[in-house]
Parts: sequence; structure tokens; C-alpha cells
Amino acid sequence: MLTRLTIHELGARFRSGEATPSQAAREYLDRITSFDPKVKAYLTRTSEAALGQAAESDARFAVKKPLGLLDGIPLALKDVFCTRGVETTCGSKILKGFIPPYDATVVAKLRAAGGVLLGKLNMDEFAMGSSTENSAFFTTRNPWDLSRVPGGSSGGSAAAVAADLAAATLGTDTGGSIRQPAAFCGTAGLKPTYGRVSRFGLIAFASSLDQVGPFGKDVADAALMLQAIAGHDPMDSTSAPVPVPDYAAALSLGVKGLKVGIPDEYFIEGLDPEVEAAVRAAIATLEDLGAQTQRVSLPHTEYGLAAYYVIAPAEASSNLARYDGVKYGLRVPGARDLIDMYSRTRGAGFGAEVKRRVMLGTYALSAGYYDAYYGKAQKVRTLVLRDFQRAFELVDVIVAPTTPGVAFTMGERADPLQMYLNDVFTIPVNLAGLPGMSVLGGFTRTGLPIGLQLIGKAFDEATLLRTAKAYEGATRWQERKPELAA
Amino acid sequence: MAEPKITMKEVESVARLARLTLTDAEKERMRRELDGILSYIDKLRALDTEGVPPTSRAVPMTNVMREDEPRDSFPQDLMLANAPDRSGEFFRVPKIIEESPEAS
Repeated sequence: MLTRLTIHELGARFRSGEATPSQAAREYLDRITSFDPKVKAYLTRTSEAALGQAAESDARFAVKKPLGLLDGIPLALKDVFCTRGVETTCGSKILKGFIPPYDATVVAKLRAAGGVLLGKLNMDEFAMGSSTENSAFFTTRNPWDLSRVPGGSSGGSAAAVAADLAAATLGTDTGGSIRQPAAFCGTAGLKPTYGRVSRFGLIAFASSLDQVGPFGKDVADAALMLQAIAGHDPMDSTSAPVPVPDYAAALSLGVKGLKVGIPDEYFIEGLDPEVEAAVRAAIATLEDLGAQTQRVSLPHTEYGLAAYYVIAPAEASSNLARYDGVKYGLRVPGARDLIDMYSRTRGAGFGAEVKRRVMLGTYALSAGYYDAYYGKAQKVRTLVLRDFQRAFELVDVIVAPTTPGVAFTMGERADPLQMYLNDVFTIPVNLAGLPGMSVLGGFTRTGLPIGLQLIGKAFDEATLLRTAKAYEGATRWQERKPELAA
Repeated sequence: MAEPKITMKEVESVARLARLTLTDAEKERMRRELDGILSYIDKLRALDTEGVPPTSRAVPMTNVMREDEPRDSFPQDLMLANAPDRSGEFFRVPKIIEESPEAS
């Protein structure tokens, strides 16, 4: 079964002639037809276009001129990326039917690398949520237990990789939206440094925090995907003109002598004992491999969440002002005047969580509250950033749990604040703009994946990948696959 | 009972600013939920931030300039293709200004 293979394994079969991109595409499309009705990862399938792209790739391999390591690899995208000619909804009713006139830079890069695009993946509306339950269309299921959520907001991207419904996917991470679903679904998921990857054509949520990153079946695949999308883009002034290293080369470096920090504040009351045990075991594994571990302190961790829930909604309330029923998307008819049309369209087009955050952000930015909320949160952000700067004077990488617990059941977190608390370990990384990664760190007794989080210095994704690869090589967790009955 | 962080009147005023039509049930639920979230956010007040500069983005960035060179733009039809309503080469919207009696 080609769908079980990693990108590097599948690419090797293409190069040796044992398999063709068309065979791989057809196997994935068949598997999506059989299993996606259970997992519900896809919002839109682009089967015909995918077969066309695969046939072009076949021709390149036939003359031994593939475009690179992603040529012919079946991939899929969170529905937050604009795709030329393919409906892009961002999980929202307000964008139902929106057909972007251009590709996001990351999409264009994957196409140019020969990637075969299978479709668009489910997500929490406008990337606001931790479960995909905020999707306007349906909730994606966790492939390890269909009664549980896959995490979010990039839940479709994580579930698709875990269930072998795509070889690798792209998602976005504003407060944990790649790392948390990667943890819940047991895949590798990497949030690069703020500025590492272009956001041109990405539908904006919170512009000082959003970043694009990959999900892979293993660490090497995440590295391959990052290599394909990283780098400065003249179309995104927030992308950084920083050289992109060879990530594949970093994978084999090992962790001997590497200084690994363990943050006290991430081992707190409320941390699931099974998650703690797995993370402690992972730390011991890294020590066995030659890493030097030491405790570090990130004292403002507990304030990160509160600061985030001012900053992200404030930026969102501004970014989402563009959904006004004029240029694209939904318009509610029968309005008295223009303002009434805006208000009714937004009232009908946005879901409960998006409305909540637009309200919260508008409130925090409104006259009389700005200093108390937004101004204060930005100062706290400085304190969170300084915590990391001090820690990284002592260590090369930080290791911690990705989430306080494992995948929860659908409907379990009905209270918004309880849902937000799930992101307490991932949010500080976004506030500080740092790269973070979740790798499979074991399983609970009941067979649910546990995420191990690695946090690195700015633009040092290579050390995350190197550490993750060394850990993965010493364990056999990734050999386990969810069982989906046909 | 603690003073509510946000009143119904404030919810209505913020909804107006945000251009959101909310039903009465949504307003009440919004007031209750925002109250809980704002109470949680209040923990920031406990932190002394005297003299701490604000961070607007974590990776420092100054103005990013590019050469002012003409480039192709997207065709107008393509840019109008997603519009819910259009008139020729324009987006059409409901009236903005009250019509005066003598205007047609």
C-alpha cells in the first residue's frame, strides 16, 4: 500500500520505477473515498486535477527528470490557503463559494515542486478553535478514536496525515493550531519561526502570530515539506530575508552534547499524568542519546494565554472587517442600507466562536479599554519573550508537553474558556515568534497519541528537526497506525 | 456577586462597532461568555509591567521597501467574479445616502 509510505519512501519508489505518481494518486483517492466519510478531513476534493498533475509527474519520472523530492507526492491543504480556481472557505459560511483568483505562495511552491494536490481540509472557522467543532460544515474525527476530536484548528490536516488520506499536509499555527492537532493525531507538526514561511494568500487571523507549517508522517517528511515552503517572499513583507539551511542535513546530526531545557512551568497541576510520564520518558531517552538536560524557568507562562486572548481577537476583529458582503462571499439580501447589509451578512455568516472573538477584540480595542487590555497584553508579551531569551542563553532547545491532555471527546469542551485552556503550552511560542514542533511521544493506556513539544531559537528549525529525528529514531511509536474499519 | 465585567448595553454597543447583528439570545450568551473570558484576562492586571516596552511582533521589523516598478495586475473581470452583486465594472451595494425628495 503506497498510502502507508512516507514521502521519502514513496519518492524512492518513484525514482526506482517500482511505482508511479499516478498509482499513488489513485491509491490515495480510493482511500479517501473509502475512509474520509468516517474521518471527514476533506472539505473539497480535487480528484481530477490531482490525476492530471500525477500524469504530468509520471512523464517527468519516465524521462528521469523529476522536479525534486516532492514530485508526484499526494498532498493536501488546510482550507485557509487560497487555491486558484478551487473553492476556499476557511471553514466559514461567509466564504462559501469563494473561488480565489490566485494561489498562495506556499501552494504555488508545492505545485512548482511537482506536488499532487488532493484537496482542501477541514478546520475551525477562520482558524479559531482547538477541535474543528467550530467548522461551519462538520467536525473532523480523530482517526485513533472516531468519538474524539482531531484537535484544531488544523484538525483536517492532522487527521488526513494520521489516517493516510494524504502523504503530508500544510496547516497554520496562531496559538497552537499545528502542534495541538499533531499531538492529538500522533503526527509530526512544525510551526516555523514567524517570518520563515510566506503568508501571501493565507487568509489572515492574527497577523502578528499566524505562521504556515507542515504535518508529516515522520520528522524527515516535515523537514522535506518545510524545505519546500521556507524562504523570503517579495509578496509578503513580513517574511524574513534569512537564508534557509539544508534541513535534511540537520536530521542526521544527533543530540550528543546538545543542551536541552525542561521548563518547570510546563509540569503543573492539570497536566495529565500519562502525558507527564511520556514526556519524562522522552527526556530520559534524549539523555540516553547524549543530550545534556537541565531545568529552565519560563515564569510568565501562565500569563501567555490571557495576553493571547487579547492580542489575537484584537487582530482578528480588524482582519475580519473585510467580510462585508461586497467583494466576495455571502451577502444577506433585504437590507435597509449599507451598514445594515454589513451587519446582517456578518451576523448570518460568522459562527459563534468567530463572533465571540470579533466582539472580544473590538471591545479590547475600543476607547477607554485600549491601555487596560491591548496595551497591557503587549507588555506581557515582552515578558514572555524575555523568558525565552533568558532560557536560550542556557540551552539549545526546550522540551515540554504539547498539550496538558490528550484528544477529548466531541462536545466535551462546550465552555469557550475551557477550550482556550487547552492551548496553554503552545501559545507562548507564538507570542515569542519562535519555532515549535510536536512529535509523537507515546500513547496512553487506551491508545491515544501523546505529543512531545520541542521549542527552538528564532530561525533554528534545524535544531528542532535534529532533536525530533534523534528521538524518533530511538522509539518505535510511529510504526503504530490507527485502525479504520472499512 | 462580583460586578459584571461587561453589561448588556456594552455588548450592544460593541456589536454595533463590529457590524454584527446579534439575536437577543446571542446577546445574552455573549454577555455571559465575554464576562467569563474578561475575568480570566484580568489576571494580567496582577503583573507589574511598569517600564516594560510593548511588543507588537516578536521578530523585529522596520519598514520594508521595494522598488516601485510597474507589474501586471489581475484582470478586472476576475477580481469582480466573486462579488455577490455587481454592475458593469463596479461592485454594487445597497444605498448609502438617503435620497432627497427631488432626486430621482
